[in-house]
Amino acid sequence: MNTDCPMIELRQVSRTFRVGKRTVKAVDSVSLSIREGEIVCLVGESGCGKTTTGKMVAGLLRPTAGHILFLGQDLEQIRGAERKKYRLAVQIVHQDPYASLNPAHTVQDIMGAPLLRHQLVSSPAAARARVRELLQVVDLTPPDDFLDKYPHQLSGGQRQRVSVARALTVNPSFIVADEAVSMVDVSIRISLLNMLARLKDEMGVTFLFITHDLALAKYFAWEGRIAVMYLGRLIEVAPTPHLVNRPLHPYTQALLAAIPEADPRLTRSKQRVQLRSLDIPSLLALPSGCTFHPRCPQFQEGLCERQVPPLVDLGDGTQVACHVVARDKAP
Amino acid sequence: MSILTRASRNVLYDLWRTLKLLTHNRVGFVGLVGLIWFILLTFAGPSLVPLSQESSMTEIYQPPSLAHPLGTDFQGRDIWAQIVHGGKDVLIVACITGLISTTIAVTLGSLSAVLAGIFDSFIMWLTDIWLTIPHFPVLAVLAAFVKLDNVWLLAFILSFLSWPTLARAVRAQVLSLKQRDYVEAARALDLGTRHIIFSEILPNMMSYLAISLVFSMTSAIYAQVALVYLGLVPFATNNWGVMLSLAWTRGAIYYRDALLYIMAPVMAIALFQLSLVWLTRSLEEVFNPRLRTSV
Amino acid sequence: MKLQPSTFNLHPSEDQVVLSVDDLWVEYAARRGVVKAVRGVSFQVQRGETVALIGESGSGKTTLGLALIRLLPRTARIPRGRVRYYRAGGECDVLTLSPQELRRFRWQECAMVFQSALNALNPVLRVADHFRDTAQAHGSLDGAEAQERARELLRLVQLEPDRVLRAYPHELSGGMRQRVLIAMGLLLDPQIIILDEPTTALDILTQRAVIDVLRNLRQELEFSLIFISHDLSLAAELADRVATMYAGAIVEIGDVYEIFEQPRHPYTRGLIHAVPTVTGDLEQLSSIPGSPPDLIDLPPGCKFALRCPYVQARCRQEEPVLEMVSPGHFTACHNWKQIDEH
Repeated sequence: MNTDCPMIELRQVSRTFRVGKRTVKAVDSVSLSIREGEIVCLVGESGCGKTTTGKMVAGLLRPTAGHILFLGQDLEQIRGAERKKYRLAVQIVHQDPYASLNPAHTVQDIMGAPLLRHQLVSSPAAARARVRELLQVVDLTPPDDFLDKYPHQLSGGQRQRVSVARALTVNPSFIVADEAVSMVDVSIRISLLNMLARLKDEMGVTFLFITHDLALAKYFAWEGRIAVMYLGRLIEVAPTPHLVNRPLHPYTQALLAAIPEADPRLTRSKQRVQLRSLDIPSLLALPSGCTFHPRCPQFQEGLCERQVPPLVDLGDGTQVACHVVARDKAP
Repeated sequence: MSILTRASRNVLYDLWRTLKLLTHNRVGFVGLVGLIWFILLTFAGPSLVPLSQESSMTEIYQPPSLAHPLGTDFQGRDIWAQIVHGGKDVLIVACITGLISTTIAVTLGSLSAVLAGIFDSFIMWLTDIWLTIPHFPVLAVLAAFVKLDNVWLLAFILSFLSWPTLARAVRAQVLSLKQRDYVEAARALDLGTRHIIFSEILPNMMSYLAISLVFSMTSAIYAQVALVYLGLVPFATNNWGVMLSLAWTRGAIYYRDALLYIMAPVMAIALFQLSLVWLTRSLEEVFNPRLRTSV
Repeated sequence: MKLQPSTFNLHPSEDQVVLSVDDLWVEYAARRGVVKAVRGVSFQVQRGETVALIGESGSGKTTLGLALIRLLPRTARIPRGRVRYYRAGGECDVLTLSPQELRRFRWQECAMVFQSALNALNPVLRVADHFRDTAQAHGSLDGAEAQERARELLRLVQLEPDRVLRAYPHELSGGMRQRVLIAMGLLLDPQIIILDEPTTALDILTQRAVIDVLRNLRQELEFSLIFISHDLSLAAELADRVATMYAGAIVEIGDVYEIFEQPRHPYTRGLIHAVPTVTGDLEQLSSIPGSPPDLIDLPPGCKFALRCPYVQARCRQEEPVLEMVSPGHFTACHNWKQIDEH
């Protein structure tokens, strides 16, 4: 196995949906690679395509263009045992704790099913023991308190932990966490994130963390990277400290400036970025050229609305898709 | 280990818990009692209560008395005995019809929703055609060619006519449940189509299915009774449908004294259906853990 | 103003207080028992002030908001408490208003915009119709006046009146609908507006627009704002005073700067330490272990005791009441003096 090869690589991946007679390009030519052990956060507002991208990485949706490679192999090409290996290696944790667990099953049923199905344990008794172990990994202790409970008897945070434990039953190497802590109480988000970070350190799981909350992304991926999406396109990718402290793309700058902070002195004196227009374009009627141009404070007439800016590598692990930035940083 | 053996093991394991749950809900408990009562009445009752076919002209339309708890009919025969003897066929046909049509509907409806594509289009086309067929004329025509005196035959025919509606409803439910996050997780965990249909989706539809089963049973009863009433089914033996038909044709609605003769089969049918419907309340608690107030 | 004179107790109260909640209790009947959703809440709102009620799921904040304008579901009861509303000319107890008076109270005196209000607009009516209906149902503004005021308000919330008035709800984005609802709330010039989770379902940039609009409105018009949220940063942006709620009671209330700088209740402190900021370096964050208590079967003593890092024996026996920390700042904790920000 080539150790330089990224674990997951997206090459110009696109996904279109048909809405009535029209087509919507939910994801447009996204290229991203994620190395083993890395934490990459995919951030953006609603409708930017981050969830769709996450589902494609998890194998739940197929791209309509482009290639997704897992350990160097194109997903469209692999079959049989290899394909099964991939399916189990990449798991997903959903956002809504109330919809992610089957209400008719107990925790033991939910977690035992994949263990027994894929013969990862030898007997139902062994399955029960393994479930206990996994519940401890996700800090649901004592595990016996949870084995026979139904989802409606657990709190939101506990359900999310069961979701994660369920994903762990098949020993995945990659987990897509789709807004996994957004619907959980603020006071327990951090402990969930810390648990996920531990999984990375102790079990070597790589994460793609999807969120609209940049502050959470900053906390979770401080040692990793953040990729920002806007209307289906990747517009900036950078190591987290760089992105948060010196954002380059005008959209990223606007986002960071707009976020309210939990400190009145800080937040009331924060400089906001004025956008040219408050209208949010719809995916059905995308602006020409750079899709951010109607709102962008750095709009250059004649350039920005004509050409789609490519994602340019500026060194240092930073990539930006903006004509103005590319011009300013040109060597 | 196959899903089915695991499922049946689960049922036995939970049988005690299931029984407890069935009795927990008061309304459901009454329904359960009612159902058991009717089953005993119609199956065990005939051996305890003699049916006399002799007519006795001096005892026409007698009011209830010790000898005749529900009075007598237009020929002086005991109504109570007729009720006891007349329920078995009705119940059997209802049960078989319900089970067959529900099984066909669930299988085809859920496969249709999960497999989508050509299979789905084909099944939908089939149900469309089926739904346009008018039931009674078909039955009437069939009755001319086939002697519908066998309970099994009648049950098969009735269920063949009634599965499409339920299949469409099941398909719609499954389509919506298919979108749930936990089904997507099951896909990501590669648990297989069979598991997804039988373990993930159907258990969440059980109360819906139980109620559909009950209603298909009740409509089978109506269908039977109507067929008998219309004279399309040459039942040799007595049953509630025959009683109703005779009561009507013999003018029971015109005599005040004959009220019991017409009301007895009606009440029997109604109470049986009521027991079933009330039983579904308990069934809801069995299948939907969230409704349980205690584990 | 059309509330009957008899509704008012003709002894005018303190000049600046607009709403006074005294020992309010709200209970729901549930299968397992009685849910004590709001337990003995007391606080006051001054004229022109913004008060934030912050709490997580199960804290009772939404129930409290609904109780203030008596929109609780039928299974709810208010066994105790008073909600007194003051205006020039007198006061009244909202909880004892007759249905007619209540209808005039709502929207003319106090308006409420609910959680997930994005779907509160009738999809078959245009926005202009909504304004007209609201004006007719609750007040006495005639058609032209209502439209004029609507246009003024829509401008204040950064929307183009012509375009928006003619539109149907589905033609507007989530953020625009939220602003339309805020404008509708202000239509009859109420003294109080209650917003329940005003920015929850909105994107970051849209949220920013709504926050800026609210700030702008407060400067232009004089109304008191009560907003209910789980989002501390929203309180940091807009509030003059913050009240944190836990298990149905207010556990701390005070000036926004004081509360954030030196919280005097372990729950408030825990919340502040659980929220990351996007500016600056990586901070040390922590969660609050455990989960909220069962509102049907509440433990004795302080309801936060099981999760509290400062807990002592007394906490488990005696439920603390609000004590003064400094003028205007109150906390319900026996050990508040030991709580050090660092």
